[in-house]
Amino acid sequence: MDIKSRRFKAVDAILLILMILPLVCALVLQVLTSPPSEGISISGAKVFATVSFPLQDLIISEAQVNSWLLIVSLFFLCLYLAHGLSPKAQTKRQLLLEWAFNALENMVHSNMGERFLQFIPFIGAILVLSCFSSLLSLFGLFSPTSDLNVTAGWALVVFALITFYKFKCGPWGYVKSFADPVAVLAPMNLISEVATPVSMAFRHYGNILSGSIISVLIGTAFAGLSSLVLGWLPGILGEFPFLRIGVPAVLSLYFDVVSGVLQAYIFATLTMLYVSSAFNVDEFEARRARKARKKKTL
Amino acid sequence: MLELAIGIILGCCALGAGFAMIAGIGPGIGEGNAVAKACEAIGRQPESKGAVTSTMLMGCVIAETTGIYALVIAILLIFVAPNMLVDILLTAIGG
Repeated sequence: MDIKSRRFKAVDAILLILMILPLVCALVLQVLTSPPSEGISISGAKVFATVSFPLQDLIISEAQVNSWLLIVSLFFLCLYLAHGLSPKAQTKRQLLLEWAFNALENMVHSNMGERFLQFIPFIGAILVLSCFSSLLSLFGLFSPTSDLNVTAGWALVVFALITFYKFKCGPWGYVKSFADPVAVLAPMNLISEVATPVSMAFRHYGNILSGSIISVLIGTAFAGLSSLVLGWLPGILGEFPFLRIGVPAVLSLYFDVVSGVLQAYIFATLTMLYVSSAFNVDEFEARRARKARKKKTL
Repeated sequence: MLELAIGIILGCCALGAGFAMIAGIGPGIGEGNAVAKACEAIGRQPESKGAVTSTMLMGCVIAETTGIYALVIAILLIFVAPNMLVDILLTAIGG
């Protein structure tokens, strides 16, 4: 398909609209469901629906709905970026995509090594999803990463991967690694094993949540300061919080933007480090050689 | 009497949250040390800036963990614990 053709541009526009539509849906949902309130309040995710389950009721909360909508939006963003790729880079879009993919490939390669190059899509998904989830609060939406359930889910996925790669070097070795260096320390090793996903989930969630809480506190403080300093102005001028314009935005540049992107990077890097260090290459090769020898003798 | 009890609960939750954040001292000192050493290393070998920075970030993150635990506990004490404890108190009185 020609880059300049009308059909190509139409598909582009449709993909862009489909990308923005979920975010608009989330905003509309937010406006419809948030009760009219005075001032600023700090609350957790709103619960939209409760589905009854035998052990525990499943709660459909704002965090889940926002992250689903974000996933749909990112899906169309990827389609838009990957639309009309050609062997020779022609568009800025393709150059951007190639630059991003090269950066990601370098990151995975330098942190995990040659053996784990199949992890590029997974790490990229974690990076992009976590980054944009944190940045969702810039639109005034509830960011899914400031809910512990979301980050705990991601940390559980990473924990499953770590355990899988430890098992790959032999189940007996996995069990034995708990009694290292002496068997008495097994409870300690068990705790440190469990602490990995817990600390990953808490770290991401705590950073994002504290950032958003501090932003809200700063906004409230500036509103109070404005009514204290400029309260003598007549009429609506006195009531309007002038100091709240602009100043909190500068601070939220760190608390929302930098901290969100940094936490995404840290989560991805920790995933890479934990997974690649869980896999003992020498032991894996030795086990495979032993198995091959057994097969030959049979 | 009930007001007093609820007041004690709210006050102790706030105090506990404040005390929990004493744990912020440790990560602060630790991360400061890490960043200082990283700056020294970059000053000595400017060409290794990338590797030093990423390693320092990872170290800072690990050092930050205890602070984040304290932060989560403080947030729970401020936003979750008062309602829960007051509910427990009210059911204990009512039941």
